Amino acid sequence: MKIKIGVKDLRSEFIDLIQRITGEEIALCYQCGNCTAGCPAAFAMDIAPHHVVRLLQLGHEETVLDANSMWICVSCLQCYSRCPKNVDISRIMEGLRQMSLRKGIDKVEIKQLPVDILSDSPQQALVAGFRKLVN
Amino acid sequence: MTKEKDIGYYPGCTLNTVARGFDTSTRESAKILGINLKELSQWNCCGAVYPLTPDNLMGVAGAAKVLSAAEKEGERLTTLCSFCFNVLKRTKTGLDRDEERRRVVNDFHEIDYSGGVKVLHFLEVLKEDVGFGKIKESVKTPLKGLKLAPYYGCMLLRPFEEVGIDDHENPTIFEDFLATLGCEVVRYPKRIDCCGAHISVSEKEIVAVMSGNVLLSAFRNGAEALITSCPLCLYNIERSEEALVKREPAFKPIPVVYFSQILGLALGQDRESLGFERNMYDFRPLLKSKGL
Repeated sequence: MKIKIGVKDLRSEFIDLIQRITGEEIALCYQCGNCTAGCPAAFAMDIAPHHVVRLLQLGHEETVLDANSMWICVSCLQCYSRCPKNVDISRIMEGLRQMSLRKGIDKVEIKQLPVDILSDSPQQALVAGFRKLVN
Repeated sequence: MTKEKDIGYYPGCTLNTVARGFDTSTRESAKILGINLKELSQWNCCGAVYPLTPDNLMGVAGAAKVLSAAEKEGERLTTLCSFCFNVLKRTKTGLDRDEERRRVVNDFHEIDYSGGVKVLHFLEVLKEDVGFGKIKESVKTPLKGLKLAPYYGCMLLRPFEEVGIDDHENPTIFEDFLATLGCEVVRYPKRIDCCGAHISVSEKEIVAVMSGNVLLSAFRNGAEALITSCPLCLYNIERSEEALVKREPAFKPIPVVYFSQILGLALGQDRESLGFERNMYDFRPLLKSKGL
């Protein structure tokens, strides 16, 4: 079955919000899969990067928000670097994380982290980790 | 020493503590090469990650304060840590091209950052200010016979249009730098892949696989040590070696060292000042085996 998705089909409160806070346009992606092919973390994701974008295009926001993909993405920008359409998926992933964090739902509870992680990690890991994973 | 070689220096929090060897070895090599690194008289954390949602101005507040302090003390600012470099350079680009954002951040801190400072990674300073040719002339101990693999990771190269210190798919600056020190440079496919970065705080096992993939790629191409410019890459990779031995019995752990430690070694700096004792996998037995 032929599915046609234009910018107009992609109007929902969720899509509007994510496009506004990330500055990215979801409809630009034509599913070549270069992002997933280059992603060094895709093996650990419930939903591969290009599928995350596809599901957003089709309006399955709950499926995307329930998956671990956005928390596994490390923002290394390999996806953006190789995207022929200049879609910055790392920004879309950050937008998804922000949707959760801005509602006060954190990925990591700092108090629950093992002591060795807090004492061993270089400062930059803690600062970066808390900025990405904690509200 | 010429005035042109003065350059502001931002160590960042990790180099001030766990990665002290990275800092001390660089200060010493800079002196030998005639670069006057002037540490900023006041600095704070850069924020470690650049916010990827443009409406998050709080995320650049720390870095903006550093840039503002730097432009008061000179026209150029250099840093060693790949994270610091990435955040400072992206913050600069973002603020310089958008007056409104600059105004909000300036008002917030009551500062007057105007965009007057250039941000450089220390590898760029070595290439452009000193020149690899001059470094080659200054080498006292050529690292003959050592097979070293440069590891770029992500923060030195991406996003290419804002921070890239070299081509984002096929960079050569790190290889060229190592070649001037007389070692054998190992080329391997995963030199620009990510180590797992900050998810080390939440997903240790995944980081072990990601870092392990990089390490294995270098090892299979003959690397005897991995060279990095990022304390978090070093941390993640060192801590993935044990898991990699279990995954790939043919793999033998290799040391991970900072590029400045290698530079200091080649320039004949005092070995004690290079901080090799802090590395999880000791680099010194390898040096001994090569007669260095």
